[in-house]
Amino acid sequence: MLELKNISYQVDAEGQQRDILHDVSLTIDERFVAITGPNGGGKSTLAKVIAGIITPTAGQILLDGEDITGCSITERAQKGISFAFQQPVRFKGLTVRDLITLAAGRDITVSEACAYLSEVGLCAREYIGREINASLSGGELKRIEIAMIIARGTKLSIFDEPEAGIDLWSFNNLIQVFEKMHEKLGGSILIISHQERILNIADRVIVVADGQIRAQGNREDVLPELLADGATCSVLTDKL
Amino acid sequence: MDKIEKDLLEQVADLHEVPQGAYNIRANGQMAGRNTTENIDIVTKTDKPGIDIIIKPGTKRESVHIPVLLSQSGLQEMVYNDFFVGEGADITIVAGCGIHNGGDEESRHDGIHAFYLAPGARLRYVEKHYGSGDGNGRRVMNPTTIIELGEGAYMEMETTQIKGVTSTIRDTRATLAAGATLIVREKIMTHGQQLAETNFTVDLNGEDASTHLVSRSVAKDESRQVFRSVINGNARCTAHSECDAIIMDEASVSAIPEVTANHLDASLIHEAAIGKIAGEQLTKLMTLGLTEKEAEEQIVSGFLK
Ligand SMILES: Nc1ncnc2c1ncn2[C@@H]1O[C@H](COP(=O)(O)OP(=O)(O)OP(=O)(O)O)[C@@H](O)[C@H]1O
Ligand SMILES: [Mg+2]
Repeated sequence: MLELKNISYQVDAEGQQRDILHDVSLTIDERFVAITGPNGGGKSTLAKVIAGIITPTAGQILLDGEDITGCSITERAQKGISFAFQQPVRFKGLTVRDLITLAAGRDITVSEACAYLSEVGLCAREYIGREINASLSGGELKRIEIAMIIARGTKLSIFDEPEAGIDLWSFNNLIQVFEKMHEKLGGSILIISHQERILNIADRVIVVADGQIRAQGNREDVLPELLADGATCSVLTDKL
Repeated sequence: MDKIEKDLLEQVADLHEVPQGAYNIRANGQMAGRNTTENIDIVTKTDKPGIDIIIKPGTKRESVHIPVLLSQSGLQEMVYNDFFVGEGADITIVAGCGIHNGGDEESRHDGIHAFYLAPGARLRYVEKHYGSGDGNGRRVMNPTTIIELGEGAYMEMETTQIKGVTSTIRDTRATLAAGATLIVREKIMTHGQQLAETNFTVDLNGEDASTHLVSRSVAKDESRQVFRSVINGNARCTAHSECDAIIMDEASVSAIPEVTANHLDASLIHEAAIGKIAGEQLTKLMTLGLTEKEAEEQIVSGFLK
């Protein structure tokens, strides 16, 4: 179970204090929780705060009751938090196999590594030896990023827009991937997404906008809130 | 051969025992072993230190190992090795130099290797440089490589220096006739106060000659590296040089390209990228449970793989 208590993240933007996250409190212990909301609302920032990549300026983070606010990225990863980036990182020289092996945290056989790749619909034999460099397409990188999370197999997995750049055919498989992951590991899967079909499978949808939780509940409850958001642009209206 | 020499041999030539095929082992300035084959002859030079390696036309799937080992502190030598690769031959040459310096004097090996490839010859040349020993004596290697590729000849050169060489100036000069191809892959890691300087000069003289130079390097601590490449396109030809370096700590790396097209259809490209390890790469590996130090090691070793 993950608990965030009064998380705020303030930055100094051109001499002005800006709240990227403002007093966010939430608890995650369901199977699938989806976070959605407008671009720039603070979703990725929230995920980075959970993974330890960003240190919040205020608030507390608990994992299964243990305060992990002061823990490093590495410590949190070892305690069971996995995070698939919105923009996967490229590495010159490291291969798909290297990264899957590092993710698994132990020496794995080629066929094990291949199994993880097949789960995300990549023909393993073709990919296993490839470098994670600019020659991989955006969608391929996204899938490898997901395969790494499967290989880690931790109790909390966070996916930041996993469907972005993934074609429609694979999209259906993606949902199966999440279901299979949960079956195997239990724990919770937190998915940041703009996709209605992902919101549909979530046990709870959380709407984050302007660095705050705007609404949460099941999809039907929060959808009107979402649509209302899309219709106006607060930055523009503020200026007018 | 003693333990130190065996270690050096393993590091520079991946050899545990004497190699298969033709070889010439030079240890502390002396010949420590030689084997020739029906197609490959090795002859000691009479006018200066060094050997001639003569490969008969059409020789296929054979290899030549010519490791050089220095374990006696303070030894300094200059060696000339000439390789004549006959028409249509297709072979591998593995050279390498290992210096173990347990003393306080400078040990130095300066090797001048000249490769003459006849038309249509193919060569894979692998060269490794390695230093060890905890003495204060410097370990210096200055390899000069001269390459002359005949028509349609093809040469691939892999040169690696990963550890322990205090100072190195590596000069490579190549001329390419029509249809010849030269591919060079260089990997260098420097640490401490080490200095590594690489100078490539390639003259593309014949129609459709092509070259690809790839240098990947990591500079740690206070080490310094300089990568210079001079490419002259004197005919319709293509050239691509890439210098890709990671700097760490207080190290410094310079990439100095010079590309000159003396022909309208010469197409020459140089790319250089120097920078520290990207923060997001470290972050990604840390989210997989690695410490920052482990992440750094993985990134560096992958980069130089
Ligand atoms: N270090 C920073 N300094 C200033 N502004 C920042 C910083 N980091 C993030 N922001 C801003 O914080 C806001 C939230 O960014 P975040 O990436 O969390 O949005 P998001 O909800 O994930 O959006 P998207 O749906 O586009 O992925 C954005 O306006 C972004 O520009
Ligand atoms: Mg985002």
